[in-house]
Amino acid sequence: MRLETRKLLDKAFSGLGLIAIAIMALALLFILTPIITRGSKAFVFKGTIEHRRVMLEQFNRGNPDKFNAEMAEVSKARKPVFEMMAAYEANTMALEKQLEETMEAKKERAKELKKEIRTLKKKEGKEAEIAAKDAEEERLSEEAKALKNELDALTEKRTEPFEEIADVIKELLGPVPGEKTPVLLRQQYGQTRWDRTQVKLHEVLYKEEWDYSNADTMGQKIQIPRIDSFRGTKLEPMFAYLEKNLEAMMAPRTTFYWQFITDKSKDSHIFGGIWPEVLGTIYLTLGAMFFAIPMGVIAAIYLCEYAKEGRVVSFLRICISTLAGVPSIVFGLFGLAFFLNTIQVSDSKSVLAGSLTLSLLILPTIIRSSEEAILAVPRTYKEAALGLGAGRWHTVLTVILPAALPGILTGIVISMGRAAGETAPIIFTAAVSVGAPLKIWETLNQPTPALPWNIYNLCTEHEAVDEIRHVQYGMVFTLVAIVLLLNLAAILMRARIAKKLRG
Amino acid sequence: MSEEITLKKIDTFAAHDDENADKGVHIEAKDFSLFYGEFEAVRKVSMQIPKQKVTAMIGPSGCGKSTLLRSINRMNDLIPSTHASGEMIFDGYNIYAKNIDVVTLRARVGMVFQKPNVFPKSIFDNVAYGPRLQGVKNKQVLSEMVEQSLRQAAIWDEVKDRLTANALGMSGGQQQRLCIARALAIKPEILLMDEPTSALDPKATAKIEDLIGELRQNYTIIIVTHNMQQAARVSDLTAFMYEGVLVEFGKTKQLFTNPKNPQTENYITGRFG
Repeated sequence: MRLETRKLLDKAFSGLGLIAIAIMALALLFILTPIITRGSKAFVFKGTIEHRRVMLEQFNRGNPDKFNAEMAEVSKARKPVFEMMAAYEANTMALEKQLEETMEAKKERAKELKKEIRTLKKKEGKEAEIAAKDAEEERLSEEAKALKNELDALTEKRTEPFEEIADVIKELLGPVPGEKTPVLLRQQYGQTRWDRTQVKLHEVLYKEEWDYSNADTMGQKIQIPRIDSFRGTKLEPMFAYLEKNLEAMMAPRTTFYWQFITDKSKDSHIFGGIWPEVLGTIYLTLGAMFFAIPMGVIAAIYLCEYAKEGRVVSFLRICISTLAGVPSIVFGLFGLAFFLNTIQVSDSKSVLAGSLTLSLLILPTIIRSSEEAILAVPRTYKEAALGLGAGRWHTVLTVILPAALPGILTGIVISMGRAAGETAPIIFTAAVSVGAPLKIWETLNQPTPALPWNIYNLCTEHEAVDEIRHVQYGMVFTLVAIVLLLNLAAILMRARIAKKLRG
Repeated sequence: MSEEITLKKIDTFAAHDDENADKGVHIEAKDFSLFYGEFEAVRKVSMQIPKQKVTAMIGPSGCGKSTLLRSINRMNDLIPSTHASGEMIFDGYNIYAKNIDVVTLRARVGMVFQKPNVFPKSIFDNVAYGPRLQGVKNKQVLSEMVEQSLRQAAIWDEVKDRLTANALGMSGGQQQRLCIARALAIKPEILLMDEPTSALDPKATAKIEDLIGELRQNYTIIIVTHNMQQAARVSDLTAFMYEGVLVEFGKTKQLFTNPKNPQTENYITGRFG
């Protein structure tokens, strides 16, 4: 081959390699950037007065005096809204009442007239009177019916849209002062985050509808200003007021909520943090390590140092490689079938069953990496130890394992990251969507929420997905941070031990 | 003619004053053969290795001298599918008998390998490895043993200030002497050396050779070497092996100056090998 061709080939290879690396880096950036930018919003955001109220009432955090002073300001700003609503409601109700009363009166009169007609019919020679009364009754009934229609129209035009608005405003500002406290926690507070507050404000101002008028295209989303329904009523100024004074009503302030990680969740993640998930993930990962490390390392030692090379060992190696390629959901099903249904390690899903399942999942990785690390230990170390009169087990313990430790540790930490992030194996064996943080002994027979499962759960099955996107991103951020930190720890630990071994 | 060449090439012999003193036989091979699977690497070797002398084994590559050396503390067991026939008698026992405890045997027959193979531990821990194996736990006793071994291996002065440093930080020659110290720390009776200087420079080699000269006071030393000058310089007895067969075994000076076997003569005069 000519020199130029060879050079060109070399360049082509390094170029392809660089391109591959660049694509990988881009992909990572593409994934990590939104995770970091959005995930950090679970920790740092503009929190409203409602957030501080939740913190104070649910977590006993913050200064009550300061809060009360602030709340007084806010209440002052909110007061006109509630007053306008009350005025409108009173007005509408008065109108309704008036209509209803006239209608009832007319109905009453019509009934009376009917009675009179009946009595008149028994007598003779009152045809003219009867006809007159009949006509009168008919007129009254018609009028009552018209009034009923008017009342219905009023309800449709005034009351229903108002009720809709009142609901949204309750979501925005929290329950109307003086009313009975709602049962659900999420109804007891307004919007805790400024970004969500603005979304809600939009919802107050505009009604979203689908427009199907053009049959040739798909339905179009249109925003109808709600104010149109309330022209000329006492509620009309409220919209402008809300838009103008929202900040005074919510008192947004940049909040650093690092307790997001260590707080329990309240009302299934509407408020609070993700501690049960974080703790569950820690339990599951440590549990998996507890089972997988001894099994994996001992298996690797057996394969490298004790087993005689032959068909059985090659078969075992093939099995281990195959095990590493089995889809994780299959491990999950196996965990359910074996640990829960057959040997019944616990009555229901539990952290124990999940840990056992995860440990099986990462076992092949640990065995392979430990095996490679042990095989990479120079044979001369082994010879030296044996030559000094050490037994086989002693050689493994004092010379081979210490020298193989960096490699073994790397494998362990990489599989730790995997165990922390796996979803499928714990669906059937350990994970639930809502739960309290477990005590250590409760892990033996109780299920737990866990980050990977709850990320999935929040974005697919939660009833208020849109409200708590930040929690979802916060979870993803936390999980990625945990996995990255574990990997970083592995790199540092490996470097340190390798340095110590190198001298 | 050949004799002249021989004399020219090899003119420094070990000057040991007790050359003729007979201290008894330490190891005896009787029709000893060792097989790697089908291949017979050592063929029916019979030899008596005397106590507290230096015995050198020479021969071309692949002649089985290393295999024979490793047979003495059964290091060949590490290689799968090896088996032996004949007898290797040490202290009255055939070490290839079934009821022999290999671990104890290796504690009595120390070994130094071709490449320095210190553990990636501190200098102290390297030397203390053997004593610790034998159950010495007292720190005082341990450090005394370590010091004594390091002094015996003539490396104490170089390392006494950095006993806790990693042994891999030392030079090759120092590492090899540390390996000797480590082997001495288990108080063996026999010291096997498998080309101990082949990876070292001449200066370090000289130091090791001096060391061997001193150690023969207390130990039986068997050394495999490719370097015939080295064999002549350090050993009392020399064995020449060729293709697994022990061709000639006798006093070093006599073997180099007046070999009985023409094969030996050809080898030491450099006609082959």
